Amino acid sequence: MNRIEKKLQEDKKLLSIYFTAGYPQINDTTDIIQSLEKEGVDLIEIGLPFSDPLADGPTIQQSSTDALKNGMSTAVLFEQLKDIRKTVSIPLIIMGYFNPILQFGVEEFCKKCHEIGIDGLIIPDLPVDVYKREYQALFEQYGLFNIFLITPQTSDERIRFIDAVSNGFIYMVSSASVTGAKSEFGNTQESYFKRISDMDLKTPQIVGFGISNATTFQAATKYAHGAIIGSAFIKCLNEKGITGIPDFIGSIR
Amino acid sequence: MNYNVDSNGYYGNFGGAYIPEMLYPNVEELRQRYLEVMNEPDFKVTFDKLLRDYVGRPSPLYFASRLSEKHGARIYLKREDLNHTGAHKINNTIGQILMARKLGKKRIIAETGAGQHGVATATVCALMGMECVVYMGEIDIARQAPNVARMKMLGATVRPALSGSRTLKDATNEAIRDWINNPVDTHYIIGSAIGPHPYPDMVTRFQSIISEEIKWQLKEKEGRENPDYVIACIGGGSNAAGTYYHFLDQPEVGIIAVEAAGKGIHSGESAATSILGKEGIIHGCKTLLMQSEDGQITEPYSISAGLDYPGVGPMHAHLYTSGRGEFYSATDDEAMHAGLELAKLEGIIPAIESSHAFAVFNHKNFKKDDIVVISLSGRGDKDLDTYINYFNL
Repeated sequence: MNRIEKKLQEDKKLLSIYFTAGYPQINDTTDIIQSLEKEGVDLIEIGLPFSDPLADGPTIQQSSTDALKNGMSTAVLFEQLKDIRKTVSIPLIIMGYFNPILQFGVEEFCKKCHEIGIDGLIIPDLPVDVYKREYQALFEQYGLFNIFLITPQTSDERIRFIDAVSNGFIYMVSSASVTGAKSEFGNTQESYFKRISDMDLKTPQIVGFGISNATTFQAATKYAHGAIIGSAFIKCLNEKGITGIPDFIGSIR
Repeated sequence: MNYNVDSNGYYGNFGGAYIPEMLYPNVEELRQRYLEVMNEPDFKVTFDKLLRDYVGRPSPLYFASRLSEKHGARIYLKREDLNHTGAHKINNTIGQILMARKLGKKRIIAETGAGQHGVATATVCALMGMECVVYMGEIDIARQAPNVARMKMLGATVRPALSGSRTLKDATNEAIRDWINNPVDTHYIIGSAIGPHPYPDMVTRFQSIISEEIKWQLKEKEGRENPDYVIACIGGGSNAAGTYYHFLDQPEVGIIAVEAAGKGIHSGESAATSILGKEGIIHGCKTLLMQSEDGQITEPYSISAGLDYPGVGPMHAHLYTSGRGEFYSATDDEAMHAGLELAKLEGIIPAIESSHAFAVFNHKNFKKDDIVVISLSGRGDKDLDTYINYFNL
């Protein structure tokens, strides 16, 4: 069974952490993953940095720029991760924009992910219809879950379509924004979270964008199965480095 | 072969809409409605009227006799430089602001490199009384001060793009992020034939007035609608798309594109995307783009701020790979001298973007009775500083 699927069966609100590979230092990747697992995080999203991250706010943009300057690339990331399954069993997801994956070769990329023990991919600019038409069979062949996004503007009809194509979980974007933009949730988010919950989808939902602390984590997981923290964690790494991880995770729940 | 967009939004292998889900509702609404809106009689009437009374169309098709004599062909110039705001860009911004109104949008955003599209957008926003925010790379703001001032006079807010390389591609990223953050009331006026479907096709259709006029103007002057060649410079490719549009399916009309080779195609400082680019995704579109082996988008260079885009519109990527278009690239030096030559022979100072099209004569010989139409996409006022410094005027 895919590790994401197994994790989702646990009776708890899942905490997922995003970090940009190659940031703050090029060789931090495995240390960050090991530390996050040790602190009881449930899922990890490893960000493959891209020069033009359209859906990201300033914090993740800057970490991507720095990571690329540090020398991070698809090949370097795979090399760093090649023995990761000897030390951790936490579900691992690679989140990256489509162009670097396309240049690496989509099949070759999927194959590498499979060899390493990556469980899923989040590719924000690979639309669901293109995925279904051109890549779904390939992802399935290599046992990779592809995680899709929905937003408050996504129509019910499209959510049903995405639900049907999805496995693992649906990445529920909390509000109309790029990453890192909100500091708290209001009534709009609350009613959106409830609306999605009431749709009774087959695929569990995990909320991302705008979650930064215990308060927003609790608000986001009132209806959903879990929540993802990205920008706030990057800020923590920027300020305190890897040694700041236990305190940060401890402050969330 | 089909050189126009197909029903899925592709030109051959290129195009499509590779966008994050956050943009889907806006882009999908546009995709479903753009053709229907463009075909509504009142839309057409308003569009045509503004092009005539406000932009000053039709733009003349001018027989350049001294240039013709020099290069041994019958050379016509399509004078987009005479449009209001000084370039072809306004054709598209007029069309898109009318589209935005039809879609009930209240707020306009745009990206700009040199500032020409930003000025054209700020202009139509002033005309329609709509809020306008233009994203411009921090570096471009510093080097294009007069256009920044123009936009401000026209009531637009100019926001610096501070990320990445702080030029056109980053301004485009920032505009896209603004659209993600403001999905309901905002329309994004993209300035070139790039971006997710339906943008390349919509921009092309608004610019297609260029080739529509060439056809009847040439009929009046030469007794035939089709020239032997149409020639345009290409950055993203909106003036080229408009110049080619009505000739795409006329095999007797040669289609010629001139890209910016900067300091030389392989100098590391170039914007010759068709030669240096590889297939990939940029700003929601599958096309040819300049990138590292790892798929990171690289920064192009050209002396002309309007041609240094790392990608090329999907129509042009298809014209290049299918062989329908002949692609050349002109260095800074060739373009600057071609601009100077046009000034001396015809009394017209072209925008440096357009000068690249005139550098075609360094690369291709025409027959004496070939009818050649060159898109003179913009005027050179904005580039005077560059001309002054280059030629020590």
